[in-house]
Amino acid sequence: MKNKEDQRSQSTPVTEVALPDESRSRKVLSWVFDNKVMLLFGILCIGAVAVSGNSTSFVVENIFIRFGRNGFTVLSLLIPVLAGMGLNFSIVIGAIAAQVGLFFAVDWGMAGMPGMLVAFAIATPLSVLFGFGVGRLFNKMKGAEMIAGLILGFFADGLYQLFFLYILGGVLPIRSENLGIPGGIGIKNTIDLTGNMKYALDRVKMIDLVLVLFIVIALLSVIRIITHLKNKKTFPVGAAVLLIGSAVLYGLTYIPAIEQYLMADQLAVIDAIGIVCLLTVLRSVWKLAENKRHPDAHFRTRRHIILIAGAVVVYAATYIPFVRDIVLSAKIAVLPFALVAGLCVFNQAFLSTRLGQNMRTVGQSQVIANASGIHVDRVRILAMIISTVLACWGQLIYLQNLGTFATYGAHLQVGQFAIAALLVGGASVQKATNKQAITGVILFHTLFIVAPEAGKALFNNAMIGEYFRVFVSYGVIALALAMHAWQRKVKPQLEMPR
Amino acid sequence: MSRTKDFVMRIGWPRLIIGLFFVLLIVVSPFMGLKLTDVFSDVLRRWAMFGVLVLAMVPGVQSGIGLNFGVSLGVVAGLIGSTSAIELSYRQGVQRPWADLGFALLIAIPLAAILGFLYGLLLNRVKGSEMTVSTYVGFSAIAFSNIIWLSLPFKSGVLVWPIAGEGMRNTINLEQSFGGLMSNPAVVAGLPRGLRWLAFEVGGVVIPLGVILFFLAMCFLNWLFLRSKKGIAMSAAGENTLFTRSNAINVDHMRILGTMISTVLGAVGIIMYAQIFGFLQLYNAPLMMGFQCVAAVLIGGATTRRATITNVLVGTLLFQGILTTALPVIKRLMPSGSTLSEVLRIIISNGIILYALSKTKGGNQVEK
Repeated sequence: MKNKEDQRSQSTPVTEVALPDESRSRKVLSWVFDNKVMLLFGILCIGAVAVSGNSTSFVVENIFIRFGRNGFTVLSLLIPVLAGMGLNFSIVIGAIAAQVGLFFAVDWGMAGMPGMLVAFAIATPLSVLFGFGVGRLFNKMKGAEMIAGLILGFFADGLYQLFFLYILGGVLPIRSENLGIPGGIGIKNTIDLTGNMKYALDRVKMIDLVLVLFIVIALLSVIRIITHLKNKKTFPVGAAVLLIGSAVLYGLTYIPAIEQYLMADQLAVIDAIGIVCLLTVLRSVWKLAENKRHPDAHFRTRRHIILIAGAVVVYAATYIPFVRDIVLSAKIAVLPFALVAGLCVFNQAFLSTRLGQNMRTVGQSQVIANASGIHVDRVRILAMIISTVLACWGQLIYLQNLGTFATYGAHLQVGQFAIAALLVGGASVQKATNKQAITGVILFHTLFIVAPEAGKALFNNAMIGEYFRVFVSYGVIALALAMHAWQRKVKPQLEMPR
Repeated sequence: MSRTKDFVMRIGWPRLIIGLFFVLLIVVSPFMGLKLTDVFSDVLRRWAMFGVLVLAMVPGVQSGIGLNFGVSLGVVAGLIGSTSAIELSYRQGVQRPWADLGFALLIAIPLAAILGFLYGLLLNRVKGSEMTVSTYVGFSAIAFSNIIWLSLPFKSGVLVWPIAGEGMRNTINLEQSFGGLMSNPAVVAGLPRGLRWLAFEVGGVVIPLGVILFFLAMCFLNWLFLRSKKGIAMSAAGENTLFTRSNAINVDHMRILGTMISTVLGAVGIIMYAQIFGFLQLYNAPLMMGFQCVAAVLIGGATTRRATITNVLVGTLLFQGILTTALPVIKRLMPSGSTLSEVLRIIISNGIILYALSKTKGGNQVEK
C-alpha cells in the first residue's frame, strides 16, 4: 500500500505538464470524453421521454418534486469522495438514524414542524455516533471502504430489523398502539405520515423562512459588532451595513403585496427562474465591478458577460408560449430547495476551510498528508460523520415529502440510488462536484419517471421498463467502478514512456 | 494455557462461537419439543443444497479474484439452463426428469463458461477492486436477467404466468421435472429399483445420498484440480503475482480460469439447489445468494486470499446448520418471530464478511 502511494506521488508531476496550445476542437473532444457517462445518459433520457408519450410538463413537474426529495441525500456523498474514501455506500446508516428519530417522533404523537424538530433532535446525535463508528471501522480497512460500506449497510439493516421487529414493542414499549403489528410485537410495515409529518418541511411558508434568515443574520452581525468593539478594533462597517440592509429588506416584507406573495409555501418554477436569473445577473455585475476596482490578471471577464447574457436569454425564454406551458404547472417546495442550495454552498465553502483542505490532501495521498502533520484517521472519521449526518437529514426530507414511511424498505435503496444518481452526473470515485450531483439527480430521476411508460411503448410491457431502470441503476455503478479501477491500472503504463 | 490459546487461534474466534452456538441449538432443540431426527434431516438437506454454490467460492479465491460476489452470473446461467430444459421437454410433449437435469447442465455449463470468461476479462482489468466491482456485476446480472425472464418466448404452462401468457413465474415448480430427483425419498421411490439408494430414511433421518455424493464428488474433483499442475499454477497466481510471473505462468489466464470454474460451479450449484428445493426461483430471489455463499465459506475459515475444500464443508455445515436449527427453536420460543431467522441470517452473514474484511489488511487484496 505504502509503495503504491509513493509511486503515485512520484508520477503525479509528470501528468501535470499541461500541453500549451490545445486546439479548440480537441478541447471540445476531451470535454465530450470526460462527460461521456452524462452525455450518454442524457441521450437515453431524451429518447425515453420522447418514446414514453408523457407530456413534457408532467415530466418537468415530477423532476422538481423528486429533486426536492432526493437532492440532499445525493449531495451528502460529496465529502467522503473528497477525503478519498470513495462512494459512501454506508449512508444507509444515516438513513437508519433518521428513521429511528422519525419513528419516535410519530410514536410520541408529534406532528408538523415540532415533530420534525424532535425527529431531528433524536436522529442527529444518533447519526453522529454512527458516523463515528463507521469512520473507526473504515480506518481499519483502508482501501476497501466501498465494499465495507456496502456490507455494513446490509449488516446495519439486519440490526435495524431486529430493533424494529422484536425490540420495539417487545422489550421497549411503544406508546401508539396503532403503530405495532396487531396481535404481535414489532412495528408494522408502513407508517402513514399523512396528518402528522407529511409535508412538515415542504409546507413551511416563505415568510417564516425570511424571518429566520433575518434573525440569523442580525444575530451574527450584532455578535460581530460587539466582539469588535470589545477588542477595541475599528468599527466593522461591513457588519453594520449588513445588519441595516437585512433589516430594511425584512421591513419590505410588511408591504401587503409582498407579504401576500410570501405567505405561500410553494414557489412557482417560473418565478424561481426569474429570481435565479436576477441573482446571477446581480452577482456577475458585482464581480465585474469588483474587477474594475481591483483588476485581477486571472479574471475571466468573458465568462461573466456570457453568464449575464445566458440569464437574460433564459428569462426571455420563459415568455415563449411553448416553454411557458412546460414550466407553468411545476412548483417547488421552498424549504427543501433552500436546504439543497444551502448544502451546495456548504460543500463549496467547505473546500476553502482548513479541514476541507486537509481532507483533500488525505484524499490525494495519505502518506503525504501524514508527513505534513495531518491526523489522517481523524480527518477520515470527520468526513464520515459529516456525510452520515447529512444523509440522515436527507432521509428526513425524503420521508416527509413522500408521506409514507416504509418501515423496512425506505432505507434499503438509499445508498444505491444516490450513488447511481451521482455517477450518472459524471462523477467518479475520486472526484465529485455539486454540479455533477445536481445533473445526476435530474437525469437519473427523469429515467425513473418515464421508464415504465417507455417500457410499455417499446416492449408492450411496463415491467420491462421498470426492470430496465433497475438494471441501469446497478449497471451504471458497476460500469463506473470498473472504469475507475481500469483507469487506475492503465494510467501508470501510459505515463512510463514520457 | 498456551495450548488452549493455540487451539482457539487455530480454529478462530468466529468459528468457535458459531460452532458452540450450533451445538447449543442442537442440544436445546429436543427440549423445545422438536424431533432430533427432523433437525438432522433438515441440516443434512440444507448442507447438500448450498454445498456446490459455496464450493464455487474456492477457485475464485485461489486464483486471486477474491470473494466472488458475482457468482450470481453463474446462477443466472444455471436458471436459464433449467428453464430451457423444461421448455424443451414441454415442446417434445414428454415428462423426462433425468433428461431435464441433463439438458439443464448441458445448457448451463457452456453458457456459464462463456459468461465466466467475459467476466474474467473484466476482472483482470480491475485488479485491486474486484470485490466492489463483482458485487455490482452480480447485481446488474440479476437485474438484466429480470428482463430476460419477461421476454423469453417460452410457452410451457409450468413456466409462464397462466393468465398473461407471457413472462415467467416467480417460482417454478419442479414437481414434474427434476425436483427432488436425487434427494427426496418420495420421488426416488418412483424410480427404478437400481436407483433407490439415491435418497432414503435411516431411523427417521432422511439422507439425500445422491446429492451428497454429487457434492462430495465435486469437492473431490476440485481438490484434484487444485493439486494438478494447472491448479497449483492457479493458486500461485492468487498467492504471489510476481513469483508466478517469474515462473512463466500467465497470471491473467489463471485468473480467467479461476473465474470460469467459479461461474460454472455457480451454475451447477443453483441447479442442485433447485433440485433439492423443488422450485426454481427467478427474478430477485438470487440477488443476495452470493452473500450467503461468501459468508458460509468465511465461517468455514477461509480468508479473502485463501480457501480450501475443508472450509467449504465446515462452513456450509455451520452456517446453514445454524439457520435451519434456529428457525424452529425461535418459532417455539416466540410464535410471532417467524422472520427472526431471516434477520439472523442477514446479521450473521454480513457480520462475518465485515469481520473477514477487517482482518485483511489493505482490504481489496492489495497486500503488497
